[in-house]
Amino acid sequence: MIVVEELTKRYGAFTAVDHVSFTVEPGSVTGFLGPNGAGKSTAMRMMVGLTPPSAGHATILGRPYSEIPNPGRQVGVLLDASAQHAGRTGREILKLGAIVMGLPDTRVDHLLEVVGLTPDEAKRRVGNYSLGMRQRLGIAHALLGEPSVLILDEPANGLDPAGIHWMRGLLRGFAERGGTVFLSSHLLNEVEIIADQLLVIGRGKIVAEGSKEDLVSQSGILVRATSFAELKASLTRAGLAYDDNGSDALIVKSSAEEISRATMADRVVLTELRPAESEGLETLFLQLTSDDARQETAA
Amino acid sequence: MSIITAPLQPAAPVEAEQISRVPLLRLLHVELRKVTDTRAGKWLFIGIGAITAVVILVFLLVGAPTDLTFNNFLTATGSPQGYLLPVLGVLAITSEWSQRTGLVTFTLEPSRVRVVAAKFIAMILLGLTAVAVAFALAAGGNVLGIVTQSGTGAWHYTAAWVAEVGLGQIIGIIEGLAFGMLFMNSAAAIVTFFVAPIAWSALFGLVSWLQGAAPWVDLNSASSPLFNHDMTGQAWLHLGVAVSLWVVAPLLIGVARLMRSEVK
Repeated sequence: MIVVEELTKRYGAFTAVDHVSFTVEPGSVTGFLGPNGAGKSTAMRMMVGLTPPSAGHATILGRPYSEIPNPGRQVGVLLDASAQHAGRTGREILKLGAIVMGLPDTRVDHLLEVVGLTPDEAKRRVGNYSLGMRQRLGIAHALLGEPSVLILDEPANGLDPAGIHWMRGLLRGFAERGGTVFLSSHLLNEVEIIADQLLVIGRGKIVAEGSKEDLVSQSGILVRATSFAELKASLTRAGLAYDDNGSDALIVKSSAEEISRATMADRVVLTELRPAESEGLETLFLQLTSDDARQETAA
Repeated sequence: MSIITAPLQPAAPVEAEQISRVPLLRLLHVELRKVTDTRAGKWLFIGIGAITAVVILVFLLVGAPTDLTFNNFLTATGSPQGYLLPVLGVLAITSEWSQRTGLVTFTLEPSRVRVVAAKFIAMILLGLTAVAVAFALAAGGNVLGIVTQSGTGAWHYTAAWVAEVGLGQIIGIIEGLAFGMLFMNSAAAIVTFFVAPIAWSALFGLVSWLQGAAPWVDLNSASSPLFNHDMTGQAWLHLGVAVSLWVVAPLLIGVARLMRSEVK
C-alpha cells in the first residue's frame, strides 16, 4: 500500500511535481505514465526519501520510507538500472544488497535464476551489460529482500518484447500474491501490457487515473470513412468534437449512434466504427500530457 | 540471458531482521567490500601498498648506512601514504555520486548519517591497515639494511610516535572524506585537496604580514611534526587550528550538504 498526499517539488520557479496525490492498493500493478520530464522520477525519488519534497508526503506500508527499518526487506526499489558502478560484477551488486539486508548467498543465486542471468553473465562487470541485462539485474535487486511493495522507475526500458512479457508475468504474479507494484513508463503500449491501473502525469500534475478499462471507455469511438474530408465536414455540422491523431481515422468523443446518425444524414460511407481502445488511449495520453497537443486540437 | 527463468521463491525467513534496522556492522562490512570489489578500488589499495614497498626499497639502496634506522624507514613511507590515503577517502564518498550507486546505497539505508558513519569507520580501518603495512615493511627494510648495507639498524621507536603517525594519516583520510562530501565530485574534490594547500602556502609565503600566521593555517606544515616526532605544546596548538580549518570546517559543511542534497 502506497499513499501519496499533495506531494510537491519546486526547483526555484519551476514546479516539477505539483500537488500529486494517489493511492496504490495491494494486489494491483499500477502504471505511472507520462512523457519525459513530466515529474515521474522526481515523484518516485521523493517517495523513497532520496529527494526532499517541497510540500506533501508519502507513506509506504503506513509509514514514511525513511522510517521503515531495513527497508529493502519490505520495499523493492529500482530507480535507474544503469546507476551502478560499471566495474562491479552483476553478482557482486546483488551480494552487496544481500549483506545490507542480511540475506544468505543462496538468495543471490536464486534471484539471478529468476531474472534469467546465467552464472557466466553474473560474473561479468555491469559496464559490459546491455540495457536489458541491467534492467533484469535491477529487478533482481529489487526482489532480493522479498518485499511486499515494488517501486520501479522505467523497468521495461531496454527490454525486448519477450522481456516485456516476461516482466508482465513476473509482476502480475507478484501482485496476485498480494504485492503492491508501482512502475513508471513514458511508453503507453509498455504500460498497457504490464499494468492494470493507470496514473497519468503531465507537467507535474496527475491528469487521469483509473483502471485501463475506465480510461479506454473514455477514449471515444474510432471512425473511418471513404472520404476523410466529408467525414470531418459531417461531424462538424453535427457539432461532434473529434481528434485527428494523424492517421486516416478520427477519434470522436460521442456515442456510435450519434456518429452514425450524423454521417447517415450526410450520406457519408463509413468503413469503420468501433471503440477506439488503444488508439484512443494514445490520443488521450498525448492530449492529457501535452499542452501543445491540446492547442493543435483546439485549432 | 535466458528466456526460461525460475519462479520466484520466498527468501529464507529472518523474523527479527524484518523489524530491526540494519546493524552498523553490516553497513561497515559493505563499505569495506565496496573499496576493493572494483578494479579501480583494488588497484588503488594495492598501489598504496606497492608504493610503500618501493619507497622502502629506494631508501634501502640510496640511504647512507648511518641513516638506515627503523625510524627513518618509516618516515620515508609517510609522504606517499599521506598523498594516497585521502584519495581513498574522497572516492569512498564521491563514487556514490559519480557512479550513481547512491540511489541504491541510500534506499537500502535511508539514514545518511549511518551510511557516512560506516564509511568513516571503514576508511579509518583501511588507513590503519596501510600504516600497519608501513610499519611491517619498515621493519623488513631495517633488517635488510643491517644484513645487506651494513646499516645502523637502530630500532628505537616509542608508542607515542606510533600513535602520532596513525593520527597523521587518519587526519588526511578524514580530510579526504570531508572534501568528498563538500564537492560530491571526484575530480573537483581531489584537485582541490592537492592544489588548495599549495596555493595557500604560496599565498602565505609571499605576503609578508601573513607569514606569521602560516604555521597555524597550513595543515601540511602543522601535521609534519606528527611524522617527525616533534610534537611540542605549540605544535599541538598549530595542528588543532589547522585541522579545524582544513578538516572540521569542510566536514561540517560537507555533512550538512550530504544530509540535504538530492540523490539522483
